[in-house]
Amino acid sequence: MLRSVKLEGDTAIINAEYLDHKSMNRILKSMDSEGIRRVKIKNVYGIRYIGAGMKSNMDIEIYGTPGNDLGIFMDGLRITVHGNVQDGCGNTMNSGEIIVHGHGGDIVGYSMRGGAIYVRGDVGYRAGIHMKGYGDRNPVLVIGGEARDFLGEYMAGGIILILGLNMKKRMFNMRFVGSGMHGGVIYLRGRIDRLGEGVEAAEVNEEDMKIIGRLAEKFCRYFNYEMDEVMDQEFMKVIPLSHRPYGGLYTR
Amino acid sequence: MKRIKTYLQPEYVIERLKDRCNKCKICVRECTYNVHIYNPKRDEILSRDEYCVNCQRCVVFCPTKAIRVRKNPNTYRENYHWTEEVIRSIKQQAETGRILLTGMGCDKPHLTYWDRLLLNASQVTNPSIDPLREPIEIRTYLGKKSEHVNINYKDGGDISLETELAPQLRLETPILFAAMSFGAVNLNVHRALARAAAEYGTYFNTGEGGLHPSLYKYSDHIIIQVASGRFGVNAEYLNKGAAIEIKIGQGAKPGIGGHLPGEKVREEIAKLRMIPVGTDALSPAPHHDIYSIEDLKQLVHALKEATDYTKPVAVKIAAVHNSAAIASGIVRADADIIVLDGVRGSTGAAPKVIRDNVGIPIELALASVDKRLRDEGIRNEVSIIVSGGIRSSADVVKAIALGADAVYIGTAALVAMGCTLCQRCYTGRCPWGIATTDPEISKRIDPDVASARLKNLLQAWSMEIKEILGGMGMNAIESLRGNRLQLRAVGLNDAELKVLGVKAAGE
Amino acid sequence: MRDLSRISNPYRDDKVIDSCSLFGVIDLEGRRFPPKAPIKAMDIMSERVNGLGAGFAGYGIYPEYRDAYALHVMFMGRDAKGRTEEFLKKNLRVLMAEEMPTGKEMRDAPLIWRYFVEPKIVNDKCSEDSDNQIVECVMKVNNGIEGAYIFSSGKDMGVFKGVGYPSEIAEYFCLDEYEGYMWICHGRFPTNTPGWWGGAHPFNILDWSVAHNGELSSYGTNRNFLEMYGYRCTMQTDTEVIAYALDLLVRRHKIPIGLAAKILAPPFWNEIDSMDSKERTLYATLRQVYGGLLMNGPFSIIIARSGEMMGLADRIKLRPLTAAIKDNLLYLSSEEAAVRSVSPSLDRVWNLRGGELLIGRLRSVKTLEIPPVVGLH
Repeated sequence: MLRSVKLEGDTAIINAEYLDHKSMNRILKSMDSEGIRRVKIKNVYGIRYIGAGMKSNMDIEIYGTPGNDLGIFMDGLRITVHGNVQDGCGNTMNSGEIIVHGHGGDIVGYSMRGGAIYVRGDVGYRAGIHMKGYGDRNPVLVIGGEARDFLGEYMAGGIILILGLNMKKRMFNMRFVGSGMHGGVIYLRGRIDRLGEGVEAAEVNEEDMKIIGRLAEKFCRYFNYEMDEVMDQEFMKVIPLSHRPYGGLYTR
Repeated sequence: MKRIKTYLQPEYVIERLKDRCNKCKICVRECTYNVHIYNPKRDEILSRDEYCVNCQRCVVFCPTKAIRVRKNPNTYRENYHWTEEVIRSIKQQAETGRILLTGMGCDKPHLTYWDRLLLNASQVTNPSIDPLREPIEIRTYLGKKSEHVNINYKDGGDISLETELAPQLRLETPILFAAMSFGAVNLNVHRALARAAAEYGTYFNTGEGGLHPSLYKYSDHIIIQVASGRFGVNAEYLNKGAAIEIKIGQGAKPGIGGHLPGEKVREEIAKLRMIPVGTDALSPAPHHDIYSIEDLKQLVHALKEATDYTKPVAVKIAAVHNSAAIASGIVRADADIIVLDGVRGSTGAAPKVIRDNVGIPIELALASVDKRLRDEGIRNEVSIIVSGGIRSSADVVKAIALGADAVYIGTAALVAMGCTLCQRCYTGRCPWGIATTDPEISKRIDPDVASARLKNLLQAWSMEIKEILGGMGMNAIESLRGNRLQLRAVGLNDAELKVLGVKAAGE
Repeated sequence: MRDLSRISNPYRDDKVIDSCSLFGVIDLEGRRFPPKAPIKAMDIMSERVNGLGAGFAGYGIYPEYRDAYALHVMFMGRDAKGRTEEFLKKNLRVLMAEEMPTGKEMRDAPLIWRYFVEPKIVNDKCSEDSDNQIVECVMKVNNGIEGAYIFSSGKDMGVFKGVGYPSEIAEYFCLDEYEGYMWICHGRFPTNTPGWWGGAHPFNILDWSVAHNGELSSYGTNRNFLEMYGYRCTMQTDTEVIAYALDLLVRRHKIPIGLAAKILAPPFWNEIDSMDSKERTLYATLRQVYGGLLMNGPFSIIIARSGEMMGLADRIKLRPLTAAIKDNLLYLSSEEAAVRSVSPSLDRVWNLRGGELLIGRLRSVKTLEIPPVVGLH
């Protein structure tokens, strides 16, 4: 296991070639307890659950394609992926940040409770599903490209910002956006003609634009975009019609 | 649209015995559905029968025993097919256009197989054992066992154990408290369950609403649940239990997600679940990271990673037609415990049509799962907990003889605390202070008293289990597990006998 | 596939219920002697049996074929012998075959032959391999060939059993013509009357022989557990599950015999709780993993294997088992009286504690391990 690790200055370099998820996480946890704050993981092909449940402010850079459930339950890590991520990235994460320099798979940010995920490219189905939020805890999912159907399904809190930067038309091609949404907000750069049930499209106000600006700025910083490129279009938002979309469904 | 007049008559009527009623107004105070109204002008107490759910709260608390709740004698003409319940349901739906919601477990007269199974006792050829004076062991360990134990030894030398067992849950009695979420029930109920579990040496299950930090001290006796809504789930929560249970399904509503009505989602619940106050707390029907068996393995492993492989992971499914095959898959997905919840399983809220019609009896599911796992030689790699309508120590013993390691009790625990199965848990107005999060009504559960009642129940059942075991000539519960020779059936057909793997009585 | 249980258990009871008397004796110096004393001792305990089954296992009786497996086979059908011999010749090397020498006629006695065999390919480094081959052959004949039943399959030992009183069976098999260093004996009191010779004890597989008194309430659980490991409990007797359990634990899982006894009759949980941490983990692990092999209910058993005689009673001692020593002889018996009848003066006599294994081990030097029993440290 330890043969896979070497130290360069204050950074630990891990060669993931011969590691499974169990040993990978064990290494990360031991690095963390030894006070190492920067880790680079190379040759990552499919290792799942990297950083699962870790409570730490460690900075992890991943080269390759991490497996499903990257950063599941994580609490404070900052993970940067130079490549694409698969399904379940940031699943139920509590806090911290995941920055993906490629595309994301399905259910990115499933049940997020805090922290932020920035994806430069597109994401798959059901991104941000059942994101939560309460008081000052407000998880954030920023998507540079497009998303597939059911974006923000069941959403109970938090913020999704989807930019559609490479989109040819200004119209998002996704169905059932915000289906069952009962909290939080989805900001879109561009328009959408189909929404899920129980949500409405609304104009953004000044307060919204402040939030969008703040998130866009970070996005630009992470992925080398110019603010002008990103802010050159109208934004709109999708919000739930009611905090209780199914209140009228049942009788006693 | 014109207002629709309701044709529904009250289900129950209140009789107030004038010669006994002293107008103390306790009934007015106790009824959370506002059935009893005091009219100061005429100094009289009136009843609004249409609100009465027959919870018996007023009856129990009336100091002069002046109240009778009776089934409304004004019923429809008798009809075996078009029962009163059927007629009422149709009218109600015709008047509202809505899905019928209900609480607790299926109340239909499906066959309860426990009642058709009878137990054995020793006569002559082996002695029965007297549990009051000789030891009978009912301690149970839940978790993955090894296929074999590796012992290192040389002749005459020291013996050392090389096998390290997967983490195990130690139960002093094969009974655990079933999942009931904070939200479905209030904190006082959780307190009582946690305390009784800790003091008796068993476990209480958080349900899917997270765990209130004030209960962290009971960690060693808590099974924390992860359901599709992922409410309250973070690394801290995962590590605050002795085990983790992934809830795939629930016997009361197989295939249906969770639905905590907004009435019950108050400040504290909303905070723990991280959802808006007053919203319906929705758990998706599936886990959106589990669309297939290999995805289940993924979540099992993710949870083990997040807890450093220190805790057993259970997977709870509703008993459905192909439970045996699913259970085999669950073992292969590396779960340590399988929880099977039968058609009688309870809930705080479910569509009535689902509750009463979906799923299969736990007895049959258990028998087929245990047999399948044995046939595949993997029964030892997993423990089986069954739940869904376990009513007595006899049910517990029969479940273990059919192949279970332990049982969950939910409804029985609630009944011990006061529940009368009025089936209105979803209203959030539970008059017994259980299925409510209203701070005032919740005070009706005193955690000290409620935990004592729960402990008494565990103690009584445990003693009865020992009595039965002793009668069968066994002094350790592991000798009963899957020992279907200790069961005989009455009044079952060949197909049922075959599934149960039990002979007919007299055979 | 033939279902032996139909013969062994014609009424299809949950299992065969029987009770019995046990006796065993071993010369710890390995001197061989005819079973005169055991036969007499069994007679003393005739109150415990009803003439519906008895048997003997003698060890060291075939010195001329010391390294061959001695198969004792009953044939109940006409063509069973032909098919069995064909099977044996095909799968094993048969060194010698002969009809079992018997004395005066007995009612319902089957044809009994013995075959001294060895595996065709012998792996010198792995005797286990040979054992497995023999076990496989025994299972195949017993489950596959109608009317044939191999009831003894060890090396330099043999089981002789049938329906009758112990003295009748001994006479029938001319046991006074054999000499062994160890004999274990069994007299039976079944509650049904199968009238089947194979149903008598001792029960044997390879050189394990088990004679058993009592009834296991845990039989259903024990059988389920063993079936997961490939055993087929065709005889539906308690004794069968004990023999298979020992085979699984000691031969296949390499658990020392002393610990295996602690699986069949484990310490109570409160005893385990109060052990020091290493022992506690060991015993808890054994009980957790092998809980299905806990033999619950009354039993006392005499277990024999090459060079060893062992006695064990259930953990709350519901069945009797007495041990005694006179010079180089170790006795085990259901009743002390039986031992006294053949050896009136004894150096030492005591009743076994429940759950404690007594091992008498044959050594080149005269050593005997007495109570400390289990080499547990």
